[in-house]
Amino acid sequence: MGRKLLTEHINVEGIETFEVYRKHGGYRAVEKALKTMTPDEVVDEVKKSGLRGRGGAGFPTGLKWSFLAKPEGVPRYLVCNADESEPGTFKDRYLMSKLPHLLIEGMIAGSYALGARTSYIYIRGELLYVLRILEKAIAEAYAAGFLGENILGSGYSLDLHVHPGAGAYICGEETALLESLEGKRGNPRNKPPFPAVQGLYARPTVVNNVESIASVVPILNEGGDEYAKLGVGKSTGTKLFSACGHLNKPGIYELELGLPVEEFIYSDEYCGGIWKGRELKAVVAGGSSVPILPKELILKTAAGENRLMTYESLSDGGFVTGTMLGSGGFIAMDETTCIVKNTWNFSRFYHHESCGQCSPCREGTGWLEKVLHRLEHGHGSMHDIDLVVSVAKQIEGNTICPLGEAAAWPVAAAVRHFRDEFEWHVKHPHEATQPGAVYRGAGVLA
Amino acid sequence: MAKITFDGIEVEVPDGTTILNAARKIGGGVVPPAMCYYTPLKGSGGKCRACLVRVAAGSAKDPRPMPKLVASCITPVQDGMVVENTTSQQVLDVRKGIVEMLLINHPLDCPVCDQAGECDLQNFAFEHGVSTTRYEEERRTFEKIDIGPYVQLHMTRCILCYRCVYTADQLTDGRVHGVLGRGDASEIGTYIDKIIDNDFSGNVIDVCPVGALTDKTFRFKQRVWFTKPMSAHRECSHEKCNGHVTLWYKGKDVMRVTARKDEYGEVKEWICNECRFDKKETADWVLEGPAHVDRSSVISQGHYELPVVNPQIIADLPESTIRDLQQNPPLKLGGLNG
Repeated sequence: MGRKLLTEHINVEGIETFEVYRKHGGYRAVEKALKTMTPDEVVDEVKKSGLRGRGGAGFPTGLKWSFLAKPEGVPRYLVCNADESEPGTFKDRYLMSKLPHLLIEGMIAGSYALGARTSYIYIRGELLYVLRILEKAIAEAYAAGFLGENILGSGYSLDLHVHPGAGAYICGEETALLESLEGKRGNPRNKPPFPAVQGLYARPTVVNNVESIASVVPILNEGGDEYAKLGVGKSTGTKLFSACGHLNKPGIYELELGLPVEEFIYSDEYCGGIWKGRELKAVVAGGSSVPILPKELILKTAAGENRLMTYESLSDGGFVTGTMLGSGGFIAMDETTCIVKNTWNFSRFYHHESCGQCSPCREGTGWLEKVLHRLEHGHGSMHDIDLVVSVAKQIEGNTICPLGEAAAWPVAAAVRHFRDEFEWHVKHPHEATQPGAVYRGAGVLA
Repeated sequence: MAKITFDGIEVEVPDGTTILNAARKIGGGVVPPAMCYYTPLKGSGGKCRACLVRVAAGSAKDPRPMPKLVASCITPVQDGMVVENTTSQQVLDVRKGIVEMLLINHPLDCPVCDQAGECDLQNFAFEHGVSTTRYEEERRTFEKIDIGPYVQLHMTRCILCYRCVYTADQLTDGRVHGVLGRGDASEIGTYIDKIIDNDFSGNVIDVCPVGALTDKTFRFKQRVWFTKPMSAHRECSHEKCNGHVTLWYKGKDVMRVTARKDEYGEVKEWICNECRFDKKETADWVLEGPAHVDRSSVISQGHYELPVVNPQIIADLPESTIRDLQQNPPLKLGGLNG
């Protein structure tokens, strides 16, 4: 087992309470920051750590913090994006429900670094039970003097609020999240201006993922340089992976970045291999929006090197032979999986969740779903396979927010790597639509 | 001031100007199409993606190209920026794709639509689209909603540009429009299930780029290219309305009254419902003369005016070409750059 910076104490009885959390070293990072460091020093520490945003895009967190505009006399905000709603990703709710004080501690340290006096945790609307846990923990933090006026006598004050969303996936996009926080319809904004300049209530705002903010705590406790020693290359530290699908031991794993994908899937220490003695067919390595890869490309790069659980290794080869680390939602599929059905299922999700504001996404996601539905149900043509690739290409890069890419990439990747399976659905529609039918390679029918 | 290069043409504009407005200063065929942006409406733009352009150099200070095409109607210029529109094959290809997306759920009922001849989508599709469709799926449908005696709503034609939403929000005293639903089930609707009775509600007809919102009093009466637009004014008692309009004549009869529009189809000054719907006698108005019609519009059929050619372009043309142009005006100014 590698080091666990976030989940080291997650199984301790009562760790979700202030008392037990404090006893296990909790809130030392806040004490260190507020008593011995200036806000800029905290930002520098995060920069040194090389922490990259854990929500999906992987932008360096310290750099993002340094972009925050700091006009005199204007309030600033730190907003925690806890709207975790992508298929295959379920790490944040686990972290928040088990270790609410870790997130709160990270919010205090982060807000201090940014000069925010009011901060928000925007939580997905369906996770009401987590909201209750967070609110209870926040009340404990207020009672203990870690929130509110003049924290620890440092002169710094912070109010922290938990705000529930209403269940729209689009509100995981930072500007749509801010619109929703302001009480408006959750439509993404056009950028510029970026939230760092004009975010919540037209004031400078930073939006970070739950795991990113929680990671600030071990960075301050250990020091940015020590944190940067973990991992491989520019992928530093540890990351939570949500392993699900056809695995013997699905679950949430905190890994030091750099573990080989093959070891993660097959080692008894982690997922324990593919369930029921079956073969691995494909993996979606970073949540449903990243390109799917077949077995031979998820275990090794096209150049033949072991694929590692890092930002760089997973994206080796670009989208032609690679994928993305994304949010860390790791979905493994065995030999009984129909890739066409899976692709249709994902496209149905994105069609449903499109906010409808811009035309490529509004019209294109519906189009993709309908054509894939035709293909999966035995009514497709060979032309339809090229059509979905073309439509995906027309959506990608032309939309206001990344939902367009999220809808386009899985479709393009599925056809790229599993075109023969799509063609099988066209050429053998009767066999392909039998219950439990699955394509198992050239000439081999279920 | 910021100096940028747009399709190889240098132009200087005040700081904060958008790329689209910088292009409009140049004029002619280099101007990107815009179907959701509307200058008088704050916050409009960025939605239809028709005006995407390529920024080949971000600025003189930081000349890296922007990684994605940007919506020119909402992106401010930077000094030294280099923008490609008609000179970028990528932009032209993407625009073709945008046309396709906008048309897949759009009913092809131009022959019976009142907006025909002055529809932005019709023009956009003609200039950038293809003659066939690849869409074979079922089209989106909506329940009909009656929104009053003056404005006809055809939700199936709507491209969700949000112009009418901004108009209702910014021009009238109360919110009477909004976008309901989500994704491709979105629709404009009225929160109040009764007549839009605000004095300026008729302006949603003028701002709508397609035939989703049309004038009920003009419905099916005449094709616009058979009418003759005439500039006129009257002394309007409404404090916010200046009474400057365009009257659309068929013979001696006024078929329709609209606000005056510029070359981009944008209203210059809003008019009230009384001017628009209740004053359709010639005696109600002081006529000023034939209204200017953009040469590229089908309405210009039968209207003859000297071509408006961009002086920056014409200065570079040889004398013989200038003479030819004056004798044989081009149908599209864009042809000059072809």
